[in-house]
Amino acid sequence: MHPAASIIVFTVASGAGYGLLAWLGLHSLVRPPTPTLGLLSLGVGLTAVSVGLLSSTFHLGHPERAWRALSQWRSSWLSREGIVALAVYPPAVLFGAALLAPETFGAALRPAALAMAVLAIVTVLCTAMIYASLKPIAAWWGGRTVAVYAALAASTGILWFAAIVLLAGAEPPFLAPPLVVLSALAWLAVRLHWRQVDAPGRAVDPLGLGNARIRSLDPPHTEENYLQREMGFRIARKHAVKLRFVFETIGCGVPIVLALATLWLPTPASAAALLLAALAATLGAVVQRWLFFAEAKHLVMAYYDGT
Amino acid sequence: MTSLPATPPPKQLGLVIDLDTCVGCHACAVACKEWNSGGMVGPLSDFDAQGRQPDGIWLNRVHGYEVEWPETKRARTVYFPRSCLHCADAACVTVCPTGASYKRAADGIVLVDEDKCIGCQLCSWACPYGAREYDHASGVMKKCTLCVDRIYNETLPEAERQPACVRTCPTGARHFGDLADPESAVSRLVASRDGRAPMADLGYQPTNRYLPPRQGADAAADVALSPTGEPGSKLLHWVDRLFSR
Repeated sequence: MHPAASIIVFTVASGAGYGLLAWLGLHSLVRPPTPTLGLLSLGVGLTAVSVGLLSSTFHLGHPERAWRALSQWRSSWLSREGIVALAVYPPAVLFGAALLAPETFGAALRPAALAMAVLAIVTVLCTAMIYASLKPIAAWWGGRTVAVYAALAASTGILWFAAIVLLAGAEPPFLAPPLVVLSALAWLAVRLHWRQVDAPGRAVDPLGLGNARIRSLDPPHTEENYLQREMGFRIARKHAVKLRFVFETIGCGVPIVLALATLWLPTPASAAALLLAALAATLGAVVQRWLFFAEAKHLVMAYYDGT
Repeated sequence: MTSLPATPPPKQLGLVIDLDTCVGCHACAVACKEWNSGGMVGPLSDFDAQGRQPDGIWLNRVHGYEVEWPETKRARTVYFPRSCLHCADAACVTVCPTGASYKRAADGIVLVDEDKCIGCQLCSWACPYGAREYDHASGVMKKCTLCVDRIYNETLPEAERQPACVRTCPTGARHFGDLADPESAVSRLVASRDGRAPMADLGYQPTNRYLPPRQGADAAADVALSPTGEPGSKLLHWVDRLFSR
């Protein structure tokens, strides 16, 4: 599949942003944040998801009609995702108001935090389901895609949140273990997904002729068409091994090492280390997302490549 | 509404394409392009049409294959016109976030409402048959309409009220009709010729059917056509080859 930059930016930025908002919300249920920590996290999270959502509209032929995408929640995961993605904003704004004006909105802090966290998590799951529900793309079909999107949103989100916690001067002695565990889970989920990507494809019957073997003799057109450009992308597959290594080292290894380093580093250095870890994990997520598209093969290519 | 009709449409209009008689002339594809460029879904944009990399939207594309059956080791050329199969369980419809994609409750035709389409292209990802193409010029998806602006068009003579591809096919390889009615001509054709749906195992329940190519007469008939007319004579085969050089 063609790895469109707008979709990669969208899924990575909104994944990290919703992940961050989810962790902020969950954290606030246990321990209400200082205004600095709460507002800084909220600002970064909302900026990331807004950039992501805006980026996704660049993929559209008619961005001015994007509002129509909120109408088909009964059948379409893309529509559901759009609705839930926007539904995060009201509780997020209320959460911010509760921090800014605690005497007026203070009581709403925990309910808003809970709603924000739940809706952020549901958004990430809906994003994943857009891809996981596409049967013609065997590499995406099924639960492993959901695991990848959820794990990467959780790991990049918590790394950004942890970095902001330290930058905001909060005192979190327990940060390293969840960061290490979530980065390792992201690595595991992506490894499992790669096994699905690498699995031999099942027999395809593009002409309805059973087990007859077909070889393309006479393609319908001389130049590449929309289908081949969109579904037959090949360039990045060539570099898949190297790019997978980049994801594993920079996207997972570096954050784990830096998170562990914070156990011994003084706070200012720890903040810098976690900021670096968050950047590395996000870069890793970009690489993973590029591969997610570039390595996925669409069944329609059987009509061009034969069986 | 991108939910599929709650009850199966009373009519399910579709195509039956005979892979045995299709000669791969592309007349159906050209007729489709011609009609639909000016019809309801037109224009079907072309890019660099006279240049080095011509590109454009076609709702019907004809592939040519060498097909080999492993049991018999026999092979033949098969032409396969590929267009929307108007599936009963059309994933392209249900994934659509805007309601632009829909399946008509009356006759089962799958259409795009271009005024609602946002051009997200998710429907083209959901379709294993490559039936939908994105038109960069208009920013919306294009697909086969089964010539809905012909088949119900009372300003046309009745004989013309068929999809352009069916009307133009010079070998009579394309048939149009109601596949929900087991007594219709197309349904009887499918029953008699063991009509198949491609990639049926995916479960989208395509409406269109392809009649499999006949694999030819048995091996003895081939031998009878051998240039020497003397099956089994190695000497004559050798002479034949020698003089054929």
